Amino acid sequence: MRVPVDWLGEYVELPEDVTGEQIAADLVAVGLEEEGLHTSGVGGPLVVGRVLEKHPEPQKNGKVINWCQVDVGDANGSGEPQGIVCGAHNFEPGDLVAVILPGGVLPTPQGPLTISARKTYGHVSAGMICSVRELGIGDDHEGIIVLPRLLGADRVEQLGLTPGDDLVGVLGLDREVVEVNVTPDRGYCFSIRGIAREYSHSTGAPYRDPADLPVDPATDDGYAVELRDEHPRDGEVAGCDRYVARVVRGIDLTRQTPEWMARRLTEAGMRPIGLAVDVTNYVMLALGQPLHAFDLATLDGPIVVRRARAGERLRTLDDVDRELDPEDLLITCGPDGERVLALAGVMGGEDGEVTPGETTDVLIESAHFDARTVARTSRRHKLSSEAAKRFERGVDPAVTAAAAQLAVDLLVEHGGGTADPAITDRDERASTAMPSILLDLGMPTDYVGVDYSPERVVEVLRMIGCEVTPEDETLPGTVSVVPPTWRPDLTDAPTLVEEVARIDGYDKIPSVVPRATGGRGLTHAQRSRRAVAGALAGQGLQEVLTYPFVGATRFDELGLAADDPRRAALRLANPLSDEAPLMRTELLQTLPEVLRRNISRGSRDVALFEIDTVTLPDHSASAPVPDVGQRPDDATLEAIRAAVPGQPWHVAVVAAGLADRAGWWGSGRHVDVTDVAAWAHSVADTLGVRVRRRQAERAPFHPGRCVELTLDDGTTVGWAGELHPKVNQRLGLPERTSAAELDLEVLVRASDHRSQVTHLSTHPVAASDVALVVPLSARYGEVEESLRAGAGALLESIALFDVYVGDQIGDDQQSLAFRMHFRAPDRTLTTEEVNAARDAAVARAARDHGAVQR
Amino acid sequence: MTAKVRGQDKPGRDRCGGVPRLAQVSGPNTNYDPVEVAALAPEAVEADVAAALSAVAAASDLEQLKAARLAHAGERSPLALANREIGALPPSAKAEAGKRVGQARGRVSQALAARQAELEAERDERILVEEAMDLTAVPARRPLGRRHVLTVTAERMADAMVGMGWEIAEGPGVEAEWFNFDALNFDKDHPARQMQDTFFVDPADAGLVLRTHTSPVQARSLLERGVPLYVAVPGKTFRTDELDATHTPVFHQLEGLAVDEGLTMAHLKGTLDRLAEAMFGEGIVSRLRPAYFPFTEPSAEMDFQCFVCRGEDAGCRTCGGTGWIEWGGCGMVNHNVLIACGVDPDRYQGFAFGMGVERTAMFRHGITDMREMIEGDVRFNAQFGMEI
Repeated sequence: MRVPVDWLGEYVELPEDVTGEQIAADLVAVGLEEEGLHTSGVGGPLVVGRVLEKHPEPQKNGKVINWCQVDVGDANGSGEPQGIVCGAHNFEPGDLVAVILPGGVLPTPQGPLTISARKTYGHVSAGMICSVRELGIGDDHEGIIVLPRLLGADRVEQLGLTPGDDLVGVLGLDREVVEVNVTPDRGYCFSIRGIAREYSHSTGAPYRDPADLPVDPATDDGYAVELRDEHPRDGEVAGCDRYVARVVRGIDLTRQTPEWMARRLTEAGMRPIGLAVDVTNYVMLALGQPLHAFDLATLDGPIVVRRARAGERLRTLDDVDRELDPEDLLITCGPDGERVLALAGVMGGEDGEVTPGETTDVLIESAHFDARTVARTSRRHKLSSEAAKRFERGVDPAVTAAAAQLAVDLLVEHGGGTADPAITDRDERASTAMPSILLDLGMPTDYVGVDYSPERVVEVLRMIGCEVTPEDETLPGTVSVVPPTWRPDLTDAPTLVEEVARIDGYDKIPSVVPRATGGRGLTHAQRSRRAVAGALAGQGLQEVLTYPFVGATRFDELGLAADDPRRAALRLANPLSDEAPLMRTELLQTLPEVLRRNISRGSRDVALFEIDTVTLPDHSASAPVPDVGQRPDDATLEAIRAAVPGQPWHVAVVAAGLADRAGWWGSGRHVDVTDVAAWAHSVADTLGVRVRRRQAERAPFHPGRCVELTLDDGTTVGWAGELHPKVNQRLGLPERTSAAELDLEVLVRASDHRSQVTHLSTHPVAASDVALVVPLSARYGEVEESLRAGAGALLESIALFDVYVGDQIGDDQQSLAFRMHFRAPDRTLTTEEVNAARDAAVARAARDHGAVQR
Repeated sequence: MTAKVRGQDKPGRDRCGGVPRLAQVSGPNTNYDPVEVAALAPEAVEADVAAALSAVAAASDLEQLKAARLAHAGERSPLALANREIGALPPSAKAEAGKRVGQARGRVSQALAARQAELEAERDERILVEEAMDLTAVPARRPLGRRHVLTVTAERMADAMVGMGWEIAEGPGVEAEWFNFDALNFDKDHPARQMQDTFFVDPADAGLVLRTHTSPVQARSLLERGVPLYVAVPGKTFRTDELDATHTPVFHQLEGLAVDEGLTMAHLKGTLDRLAEAMFGEGIVSRLRPAYFPFTEPSAEMDFQCFVCRGEDAGCRTCGGTGWIEWGGCGMVNHNVLIACGVDPDRYQGFAFGMGVERTAMFRHGITDMREMIEGDVRFNAQFGMEI
């Protein structure tokens, strides 16, 4: 809401020297967030000048410029005429014009422009004769301002403008507009009336209600209006409970909207369009009551307010032909309401519109529509308007007649019409008073923690317009509160508590740290994720976060088969981009983008990781959406929870470039699949989970360079490998880019954070190396597992330290060299014991894999 | 394995080693007068010593010292030879000659040991000088990775809450519409429900959204944990904003919810102040001002003074010239929320708050462009330590 300061000052007393900044601060204190402060951007000296001489000088480029001598009085310090070059021609010597002198500032789209004397067209031009557009007070750039034409000769004379007089104030360029954000509960603040009231609450300044004006009484013979809502909203709420219709005849709508009104509208952010529309908009901004003006001559039969019928259509003023919904409330006319004129409270149609030059008689509609009906229609048709914005948030049902009156008065005054004495006020409100609320006077103190006296509570509530009456003796300390008609948001005791707190001042609320009941610290899962992130970062990987949105083409790029379950992703109804409407089912669907971005920005040696959830929609049940204000039953709650898809935490890594950097210390080493496999392992090690490895084929990995990590029981933990060369190519990643993705939930569940230690043996360790020739098809890990199993309890550790393939063994064979360490808990092992264990290990490998010791 | 014995350099070795390999020079002779054995004459011994000391002093490295030792204290050195002559002396002369030669050999061996120590020290020092390396270039062999500023910021915020005795709860990003809106008193026509730029899950009647705030975890926690309850909820949230300097469709919040007997807005303010202190330290001006949220009543916004212009620049792009930055929304939990979660609002009341982790990180670190936090450029990460 944009609030012109001078308009505000008409309804509430402002201090003489008040600034927009101070007003904004005062409004913030009562909950109106400052959005901005608008000024003209024009800085003086901007003065009255009288053109003394005007010498047209044709230029080589075909233009004719005027070299002028302008009397600016003493404003230039010398009293001598000012020499100014001017490109416009719509003035003559003797005219009074607006001159900005060197040092003045003009707003431009590129920012403030400081005027200086400069050489142009062979003269030193010391200033500028301004147009309305240059000053930001209009669009006209055809010529410069000639003051009597802009302001009216009378006004110029009245002001006694003479050369050198300051024009900043005269042209309203010192005006300020405060823009505030209005929260959805306070529709009444979408009016200067409401803002002025809040300013008064904040500062105590005297307030004058602009709706408090002499209103002509309703008569029985006004224009016929029927409120014929046969299908109330939700079966009970009438779409319209008050409709005032006023007629003004004989208006000249070609007359200019008065300058002050046009300026206020502009300052408030609305374009002046024509007298009738401008007046309705002006009243809406002033009082918060949206109005509609119909051309009376086009109406036949009564105005009928009704719901839409099946198949009805309306072309709204935004030139969209709309199919209407039976819940839409309409303004129609005719005995049966057959002509649809408007979507009630949202937007009018072409039929019935006023047309300047044709329309002479106008019917002003000032009505009170149901907020939800308007909100639903606005939402359904994706059609927002200034009127709908106000009706959705609640319009004061008591201001209807006064708003119509103000519009009539303005039309009569500025359009030259006469108001019909016959006035319609169809008022079908169940009650003219708001429902009363019972308030325990101690509640504000209990809620806010400020010691409010009962007197203070009552004082504040009365200040905001509530009627406060004591309850009977059975409820000591409680009062009955009837909110004012413009506050439909005050519905229960806590809403009244907020009023007390905000008017008394949130700055008075003390700061008290509560004593929590005492928590158990982070959960094991939370600590585990931190540990994993720390471990990966400690190994040189960079943590990044990616958006979870993907498109099906990404699945193709990653080489997922047509029936790959990872393609079954959750789809968004309104994605940001149609290219990425799905929620990723793996982190590796989005993480590689960041690698590519880094490489494109020149960081070539990059290892990244991400820890986040993925979305695995495993069913298609809908989640019930029960209404507010009640606890759903257990079955419904369970259905809601069950419909939410599984979203396990994953960790993924992707890396390219050098693992060990090259530099002055020596050469580097490219990251390869063993790095990502080791990082994947380190994740499991971080959580103390023993994992097994098995060769795997899985997109998006290289079919021969992928390992699956599993728990001892075979549960998949994840995969690590080199990305398939085609995948790297399609994703624009370097060759040999490698990656891994693990399910952190599986690891966290498997991690026993209370694992028990075994006693450390201090007896000597015995090392024994074996070299085994096995078929090329034998997997390192499986041979190792066989050795481990065969060696028995004395084996402390085993490691593959060399692999040989070559001439000394068969073409289809490989030699694997393992180092085994043996140790007993209670004694020094004898050579015989070590040899026996080693032989048992080899025998097991021989049995499992046909291994032969070299 | 055989280790090389480096004992040759050790002083005194000639006194105890190698005797069996010596050739016999002279036999016992009782007829000779001691003075007649020239080698044992005091002058001769003194000359030997002088020659030895001078050679030791002249040795400028351990090699030369080794040669000097061999020449003047070795088995064939003049003093060793002289010593052997003692056996040929008459018993009456043996004692004096023995004493003389022994003292002479002692002096030589002392000089050798001293010089040995000197030269070894010189050598050790020289080696350290020779081995010196220039380590002033960055040894970026395996640079450390980094955590992301947003996750670490969220952890820091969570830790501050844990420090106040709260627990950390979590909830899903793809959330039931009921938890995201209705449980929080956003009814289906509520203007606020439209204001939220919500991602809806297809089909539209799925009843699922991407949560627009971490607040649905309020309802989940109340339903699952009951009261009294003190939980904070860090998490990822979504709104249909395009990414620009100040907006991102995917962002993070920290939610707080306390429901207990006797909690007031003063407790809310106290909690926020403590959290602000944990995140920003002293000297940051804040304000609480009235606001509106469907799930709190009374409601408030907590603002911080703009960190870029500090309210000094009406054209500030970060704060829009208002001088204040919204940190979070908060308020007393709306009765309808408590009721929806089966909590008796007449007995319990509570407060809730939520703030942006992005804003918090931007405020702490002077980040002015949201995109730098989002894009994953490793150069951005490199500006932080592992703890921030």
